[in-house]
Amino acid sequence: MRRLTRYVALLAVGGLLLVACEADEPEDVVDPDEVEEPDEVEEPEEEPEEEPEEAEEPDDVPWAGYEGGEDGVLRVAYVYVGPVGDAGWTYSHDQGRQALEEAMGDQVETTYLESVEEGAPAERVFEDLAREGYHLIFGTSFGFMDSMAAVAPDFPETVFEHASGYTKLDNMGNYFGAMEEPRYLSGMAAASVSETGQLGYVAAFPIPEVIRGINAFALGAQEVDPDATVEVVWTSTWFGPEIELEAAESLLDRGVDVLAQHQDTPAPGQAAEERDAHWVGYHSDMSEFAADAWLTAPVWDWTDYYVETAEMVWDGTWEPREVYASMADGMVQLADYGPAVDDDTQAMVDDRAQDIIDGTFAPFTGPLYDQDGELRVEEDVEMTLEELLNMEWFVEGVIGEPGE
Amino acid sequence: MNETVLAMTLAAAVAAGTPLALAAIGELITERAGILNLGVEGMMLLGAVTTFLVSLATGSPWIGMAAGALAGAGLSAAHAFLTITLRANQIVSGLALVIFGTGLSTFLGRPVEGMPLPRESRLPRMNIQLLQDLPLLGRVLFQQDVVVYGTWVIAALTAFYLFRTRPGLSLRAVGESPATADVMGLRVNTIRYVHTLVGGLLGGGAGAYLMLARVPAWSQAATTNGIGFIAIALVVFASWRPWRALLGALIFGLALRANFALQAAGVTFIPAEFLAMTPYLLTILVLIALSFSDLRRRAGAPEALGVPYAREER
Repeated sequence: MRRLTRYVALLAVGGLLLVACEADEPEDVVDPDEVEEPDEVEEPEEEPEEEPEEAEEPDDVPWAGYEGGEDGVLRVAYVYVGPVGDAGWTYSHDQGRQALEEAMGDQVETTYLESVEEGAPAERVFEDLAREGYHLIFGTSFGFMDSMAAVAPDFPETVFEHASGYTKLDNMGNYFGAMEEPRYLSGMAAASVSETGQLGYVAAFPIPEVIRGINAFALGAQEVDPDATVEVVWTSTWFGPEIELEAAESLLDRGVDVLAQHQDTPAPGQAAEERDAHWVGYHSDMSEFAADAWLTAPVWDWTDYYVETAEMVWDGTWEPREVYASMADGMVQLADYGPAVDDDTQAMVDDRAQDIIDGTFAPFTGPLYDQDGELRVEEDVEMTLEELLNMEWFVEGVIGEPGE
Repeated sequence: MNETVLAMTLAAAVAAGTPLALAAIGELITERAGILNLGVEGMMLLGAVTTFLVSLATGSPWIGMAAGALAGAGLSAAHAFLTITLRANQIVSGLALVIFGTGLSTFLGRPVEGMPLPRESRLPRMNIQLLQDLPLLGRVLFQQDVVVYGTWVIAALTAFYLFRTRPGLSLRAVGESPATADVMGLRVNTIRYVHTLVGGLLGGGAGAYLMLARVPAWSQAATTNGIGFIAIALVVFASWRPWRALLGALIFGLALRANFALQAAGVTFIPAEFLAMTPYLLTILVLIALSFSDLRRRAGAPEALGVPYAREER
């Protein structure tokens, strides 16, 4: 949590600097040659608020800074692992890209590549983009991390930003959001609507990120109904509509009456609607695909982060960060409720959401028991970010195996 | 696993096996004429994307399905021309068909990649009166959609056609010994063309069904999942007999579904990854077993399968 607040503070400081810069000079007048200077001069201002050890690293080999395109346009590229029409993860990033275009207008020019295969093909894509002169490149799949890290040192003038990973280089930052917060809230909504107390979870891969989501969902559900259970089925897909549909149906066959999911497709929702069950989506508002089944969903909003990062690069104030943003930052949110969520439930969940935003409640606060009933987290102890990022056990009430 | 869960799992296996059965019966008909078409996966993909686009445009799953089947037939026509008229290598042509079909469907489906099909243009379920009330079997077999029943009819018709009619006999003769059939006065190339096209029609239809009933959204990478190749193995597994292909499709369908059913039932001693690969593992095993030629002959492979026929080289 301390690290988290530090990032938030960094963000805030960065934002302030931005505002300061912008007030001085109207966007159009920015002379590319002038921009590179402030970079080093301003950095020290940020540091007093932080512990200096870590923040100082980039000083040794400072990022060269944006020198402006020949026409004074910041060229931004996005590399997606899925199709932009998936209504899920990639879609949410592309919404962020469009918002960035809207926010910065003529200052930026964006492009995207969709369905890029991880591994060697991705590396080639990053290299090509950097060579073509893109100033800022976002890669939005965990599997792109090593490819980006391999390419980044060869293009010190280019800024690389990687979602959901942990690698930080002189010209490469990473960013992600505390999805467990809205996940917890969606669990509350799910348990309120469920009649059987049997919830189902169509899970992707047994990695900490997914496990964390399942646990948060289960804990939220148990706040409303202490006996609620969450049955988990692994699909080993991020995007596989048919497989996810099959998995969802298998859970519904078992008598589960609310489904949640981790993948990018609305397939579980379509399965739920078919059986008059309910559904918690993920990534973006997918309600149009199964309006009757829809309850809500934990969703991403990358807009602020993308605008802020692009502006930092534009101003030359960018430096590599490790961002883990929360509901308070707005990167993670709860989507609009469907008709099946009654007013009382909405009020209850909204109250809890406010607690989370205010920082008075954290989903992973003890006492927490694992599947065997063993106490894992003592009463009133909050799990650290480190522990959350490495979570490999299921909380009590989750039915399934947290990995093989 | 209690009875309702069992029934629902089996019912899902029947549905999951249906596209497999359709594609396999199509391939079986083609192979009975002595033409090996390895391009089933490509035909299914093209059929699926065509169905998606046409259903979306017209709002009718039936027009979409017809278009998808025709697209599959169109692709198989290319295979027929290459292998029958030009006597190209059937394996190479078939694999080219997979690559071409995949590429073309990616291109055509680009604007709608990841987009789900509206509910109205999906296949409705059609329960069969009286029979649907049977214990267990009613839920498993008679609460399906019309294509599932249609597939059983197609299997029955194919079996009847192959073994009980004169054109069926001619077809088998062409597959066993085209030279002999030619001497008998049968038009070998015409018969081969027609049955390759029928195979393509069913392959495209299998893709169409996948799109309309199983896969909720178009996605080039995740629609067929290699079912086209499983279908080819299934023909061998079924030793070129329609009823066995239908039964085999059910077994493969169950294997496709077992992964999640067992996970949901809390059976965790088998890793999910292992269950997910079972259908493919079965496919490989079948193909290895049948790669021994005497075993293949005993299984009933058409003698002239994969061999181009040229009258002047007789």
